[in-house]
Formats: sequence, structure tokens, C-alpha cells
Amino acid sequence: MMIPLNRRRESPSQTAGPYVHIGCVPNFCGIEGVYPHDLGDTMVNDQTKGERITVTGTTFDGTGTPLKDAMVEIWQADAAGLYNSPSEIRGTADTNFTGWGRKAGDYATGEWNFETVKPGAVPFPDGRMQAPHISFWIVARGINLGLQTRMYFPDEDNSTDPVLTRIEHQNRVPTLVAEQVDASTYRFNIRLQGEGETIFFDF
Amino acid sequence: MSNRKPAGGFFMRDTAWHPPALTPQYKTSVARSPSRALLSMPQTMSEVTGPVFGHNILGDLDNDLILNYSQDGTSAIGPRIIVYGRVVDENGRGVPGALVEVWQANAGGHYRHAKEGYIAPLDPNFGGCGRVITDDDGGYEFRTIQPGPYPWPNRVNDWRPAHIHFSIFGDGFAQRLITQMYFEGDPMIWQCPIVDTVPSREGIETLVATLDMAATLPMDARVYKFDIVLRGRRATIFENRMEGT
Ligand SMILES: [Fe+3]
Repeated sequence: MMIPLNRRRESPSQTAGPYVHIGCVPNFCGIEGVYPHDLGDTMVNDQTKGERITVTGTTFDGTGTPLKDAMVEIWQADAAGLYNSPSEIRGTADTNFTGWGRKAGDYATGEWNFETVKPGAVPFPDGRMQAPHISFWIVARGINLGLQTRMYFPDEDNSTDPVLTRIEHQNRVPTLVAEQVDASTYRFNIRLQGEGETIFFDF
Repeated sequence: MSNRKPAGGFFMRDTAWHPPALTPQYKTSVARSPSRALLSMPQTMSEVTGPVFGHNILGDLDNDLILNYSQDGTSAIGPRIIVYGRVVDENGRGVPGALVEVWQANAGGHYRHAKEGYIAPLDPNFGGCGRVITDDDGGYEFRTIQPGPYPWPNRVNDWRPAHIHFSIFGDGFAQRLITQMYFEGDPMIWQCPIVDTVPSREGIETLVATLDMAATLPMDARVYKFDIVLRGRRATIFENRMEGT
């Protein structure tokens, strides 16, 4: 008789649907007075260390039409490369930086914006350093399983990043690199399908 | 930060158990599904870590959708229910501190949202959102009204079965999950193109809450049990050591 593992299976994903705002960003969609503010709406305060940046972008479908119902979450290290998480054991992250943000696309344009800081570098499991990056998770009507991707910076050296250099189709790597709009603003458009389709990961 | 502990990597996600990206019976997926394969990559600190949501963010009525939007203590209209269960991982261990956010239509099947178009009326005392953070054992509960089914624009006569949307945030960013809870015995579950995106009947059945009559509050509210399973973690001793650990 073999010893059973008694494993359970992950709950199957279902689409967030068009009304994800009600549950995740109710103040954004006009449901006020239930929560004092929407979780993830502010990542920084006056004391946050590091270079302030704005990350903005739009999510497009396979026809080039902006998604006006998408919700985007980001997770990133602080300016020193530390995560504000109990499983960060390399040091103590900046307590004035949450590392996590959540934004819905604008109803009219589909654009979202995060006010954050430029992340420091974080190691790969083998100890090599990864280039600074921000992790993204995108949900919307018509997306059956939340999509994971990463944004890298055009003004950093990405040439030795352990993830980017593992990608077979190097001509797709630019889909993971933001455009510089001005000194402190980066644009990261996400294309779900077709020409310029963003690389999505299965981590 | 006290009580720090390293996090093991997550088990591989069984993508054949989840809905595929392209599910033509759910028409919106056609233009919103990536056509390239997902790129598999080793997990790093960026994927295995995640933020913590303390119980201090919660208001007293956050898990009471019957009262949390009502103007003067008036109850939302509809069949009163309590939904409870546990958030566990694939190892069967409770996930404490998980953020569970729910949203739903009102008893008539109408959402409080600018883009809602269904003719069923708004309930002035129902907002439709609630949240709870799991206890030390992964347990959670909230009180609400049973949502109504509603028609939606897909084929000419598609209806969603009564359902509650769930967003679950465990302890790592790559564990992030959104799903939906259905109600035991609802024949409409088996006619819904969105439910049908889940490949197996066995998988769908894990999204159906069970009526728990023993727990039901006499003369007050019926009770449904709904457990949620998040990705499990490997023991950290099996992992490559991170630099500096
Ligand atoms: Fe719904």
C-alpha cells in the first residue's frame, strides 16, 4: 500500500468579468462608503526612498482595441531591491513603500497609472542579479486565467538578465520593455494577442 | 519585520485543469486570448513573495453585504445567506491572512455598475462588495443575500447561473487567483458558457458551494460552504538557496 499524498487541486480560475471593480476597486466605480479607499491605490508616501516614477499603459486586444474593463496589479521590490513581504529574508524593505499596486483602466480610454519608485535589482535563484523589473497580473472580461508578465526598463542594462536571456524568441523581448515617455514616466502597453503580443509567463 | 521565513516555490500550475485562454463559446475570449504559449520560467523572489494585508484594514461590516451599503440599517433585499469555508493550499494546509474579496449582483441579478444594462432594478441598500481576511486556520465567512441569475450578451439567450465572484490573495504574487462560486443544485450551472470554460465536470464541481443545513441559522439565514484551494508550496529545504541567505 503506497502512502497517499492527499494533495488537493487548485480551484479552477474563472474570468473576473466586466464588474471586477465592484469587488476590488469599489470607490473607483462609485461604490463609496463601504471601504475608506481602494486597496493598492497608493504605493508611496512622502518618506518613500528612491526615484519616483509613473508607470502608465493600456491593454489592447487582438484587434488593437483598448480594454476598458481590465484591472492590473503590480508587485515590485523597493529602491534597494527588497520586497515588503514576510518571506523577504535578505533585509528589511522600506516600510514607506508597499510594493503592491492595483489599478483599473479608465472607462473611456482603458489607460491605467501607477505612482511608484524605480525598483532595485533582485537575484535569480542561482545568485545572478536580475535587471530591475515590475511583475504584472492582468484580469478582465474574456481573460479566463489571470495573465502574468513583467515590465523591464529601457534605461537599464537588460542584456544579462537571467529571464530575458532565456527567451528563445529574442525578437519578442521588446514587448517586455517599457517606453520612456519623459525622465520619470514609462509607458508599458500590454497586447493580449496578435502583432507585438506581450510575452506572458507561466511561473 | 518579525517572524520572517523564507518561502518555497509554488507547485507547477496545472494549466489543463484551468480554462484555456481561447474558449470560443465565451465570445469575448476570442480577441483577448494570447495566441502564443505561456513562457515557462523559474520562480524568483518576484513571484514567491507577496504583500501582507493586516486585519486592521477591515471595517466591522466589510464581511456583511446585507448591511455594509445600507443607508440607515435597512437590510438588502433577498434570500439571506452566510458563506463560509477555508482557503487552503494544495498541501491541504490553511492559508492564514489571505485576502478574500467578493462581488455579486443583487437578488434581481442587477450589478451596481455604470455599465450594467439589465432591466432588473437596483436595490438602494445593496452595494455588492465585501471582503474578509482568513483566520489562523484559513477560515473565512461573510453574510450576504443570494444573488439572482442574469442574462448577458454572448449568444442571444445566455444566462449566468447565480454566482459570487471571488478574488483571493494568498501569500505570494504568483498564487493570485480569481474565480466564481456557484450554488448547489442550480440547473443553470450546466448551461453557462463561462462555467463551461473549465475543462472538466470534476473541476466545475469544486466551484459549487454546498448547502449546509446543519449550520443554517433557524428563522434567519441559510448557510453555504465553499472551500478555495490555492497553489501549494514546496518545502524551502528543497530550493536553491537565494544569494545572501
Ligand atoms: Fe457576474
